[in-house]
Amino acid sequence: MNLVVLPVILPLLASGVTLLAARSLWVQRALALGTNLAALGAAIALLATVESDGIQAHTIGAWPAGVGITLVADLAAAMFLVVSLVVIVVVQVFAIGQGVDDGRPRIGQPVYLVLSAGVSLSFLAGDLFNLFVAFEVMLIASYVLLTLGAGRAQIRSGMTYVVINVLASTLLLATVGLIYGATGTVNLADLVTRYAELPESTRTALGLLLISVFAIKAALFPFFFWLPDSYPTAPVAVTAVFAGLLTKVGIYTLIRSTTILDLDGARWVLVMAATLTMVVGVVGAIVQRDIKRILSFHIISQVGYMVMGLAVGTVAGLTGAVLYVVHHIPVKTALFLVGGLVEDATGTGQLHRLGGLVRRAPVFAVLFTIPALSLAGMPPFSGFLAKLAVISAGLRAEEYLMVAAALVGSLLTIFSMSKIWAGVFWGTADDPTPAMAAADAEDRRLPVDRVTTAATAVLVAATLVVPVFGGAVYDLAERAAGQLLDSADYIEAVRNS
Amino acid sequence: MSVMLALLVAWLFAVGTYLILQRALTRIVIGLGLLSHGAILLLITMGGRAGRPPLVGKGDDGAGIAAPLPQAFALTAIVIGFGMTSFLLALAYRSWVGTSDDEVQDDVEDRVVASRTADPEGHFRPPDPSDGEPWDEWDGGKR
Repeated sequence: MNLVVLPVILPLLASGVTLLAARSLWVQRALALGTNLAALGAAIALLATVESDGIQAHTIGAWPAGVGITLVADLAAAMFLVVSLVVIVVVQVFAIGQGVDDGRPRIGQPVYLVLSAGVSLSFLAGDLFNLFVAFEVMLIASYVLLTLGAGRAQIRSGMTYVVINVLASTLLLATVGLIYGATGTVNLADLVTRYAELPESTRTALGLLLISVFAIKAALFPFFFWLPDSYPTAPVAVTAVFAGLLTKVGIYTLIRSTTILDLDGARWVLVMAATLTMVVGVVGAIVQRDIKRILSFHIISQVGYMVMGLAVGTVAGLTGAVLYVVHHIPVKTALFLVGGLVEDATGTGQLHRLGGLVRRAPVFAVLFTIPALSLAGMPPFSGFLAKLAVISAGLRAEEYLMVAAALVGSLLTIFSMSKIWAGVFWGTADDPTPAMAAADAEDRRLPVDRVTTAATAVLVAATLVVPVFGGAVYDLAERAAGQLLDSADYIEAVRNS
Repeated sequence: MSVMLALLVAWLFAVGTYLILQRALTRIVIGLGLLSHGAILLLITMGGRAGRPPLVGKGDDGAGIAAPLPQAFALTAIVIGFGMTSFLLALAYRSWVGTSDDEVQDDVEDRVVASRTADPEGHFRPPDPSDGEPWDEWDGGKR
């Protein structure tokens, strides 16, 4: 049994078992959490193997590569896999603490496991069609999680989300068909050579189609409108894991396809999209007055930074992009979890109904400050390292407009983070909720739930790992970027699988 | 043969695109169904000419068989498309139970902008959850 298949197979099998165990919520929870922990263990082992022995590949069912389903893990994929599974486990604990999986029918945990398998498969997919299937697995799970409970607001925003994603998937399917028609393969390793033989115009057309599809999934400008509309209505644990992972899977596939297919003719599109995404996302965040909506718009802006690294196209740029994804996944999720803690304790996420939480719940203030400063790129947090890498790569490539947009975006990020800070933690509420009014009247602290707060604290602590081991993480990201740009090892590993 | 299929794919994409631009979710579902039919037909067409069944071990070198890969893709895509369509129909039904309509509504941003133009002085009004989402306490049709 190859390590590569474990993060996909384990959650899928466990999903079926947990469905059978629906009678007891605690059995379900223990099984689901245990499986995700095992998948995390497998991912860490995989990262260690890839780091020491090079790229790992496995073709299922002993078919020759190119016909069978190939799973490939290079350094970038393994790194993203580990970070994603950390987030998946932490959010699972948070969700158990909140009790959001205790609905009827009891499908919360099984569907969450399917989501976990889908995310892992997207990172490991070695061919375009398998990637399409991975997306579908992940998205079907996300549709169910988004509309879990079927409140009317959820149904309304769920519609937008489902329709836009089904449309993007259909486009992806058509693009995969066209690429198969042009090259006769969908295996990424075979595509490297066969795609390069195509005429320039065909390459650009197919490349732009692929970029459009992944840009919809990653919420790039101008395809971002569905994200801030749908994410905030879901239960906060669901929003947190979506915010951390789903758009980043889109970014990963964008990185993978542009490097494998060598889409130099389409690079200017990425430059434009990155520049506009960084600015438009953060400007959208500034006018919002609800924690979850502000954070949702920030996802868009942050995605722009990752694409900026990709658009620069050098090893330094891709290093920045990989670092940015590794930094962003836990930080963004942690911010959403803090938003959830505040909502649980006070009953609202609206800034004008909140205030003075620095006295009423000082733990939340600490848990918010660290990821918020990291998101804005303040040293010494992980965001600083990632932004420095992206911006210095941009300067070296002389993409000055994009660098300017990145800097303006950072400044406005600090502004909107301090807006949350001033609205939630300082001052007094204009229109306090009953829970806050009661705490104010008795001059006591707000009740803090132990499990959810501990889960959030663990994730916040995990974001500090990147700056503490900054040098090692940077080296790893640089090697990952080297592997992404030079496909020789990738092809070799797939051929030998 | 191939030209007919190409025209059919184009027609399916055209009608599908028209339908997903409608407001009613049932029309959008039909539109998405047509689009995915178009995509699947495209996949099949990309497999090249029709041929004999692609069975291994028939005693020849495999010349003249149809490309098996696009057919496998198409089967997978059909199953996925079926699941999607059922889920979308369930959503449309839920929406109809809740609002006696299956219209896809404007998003919150659009409604904020609309309410601002309605304000005679043109001042910005923060989104009021009570008029944006009047149905948060809806019990999902259980009671």
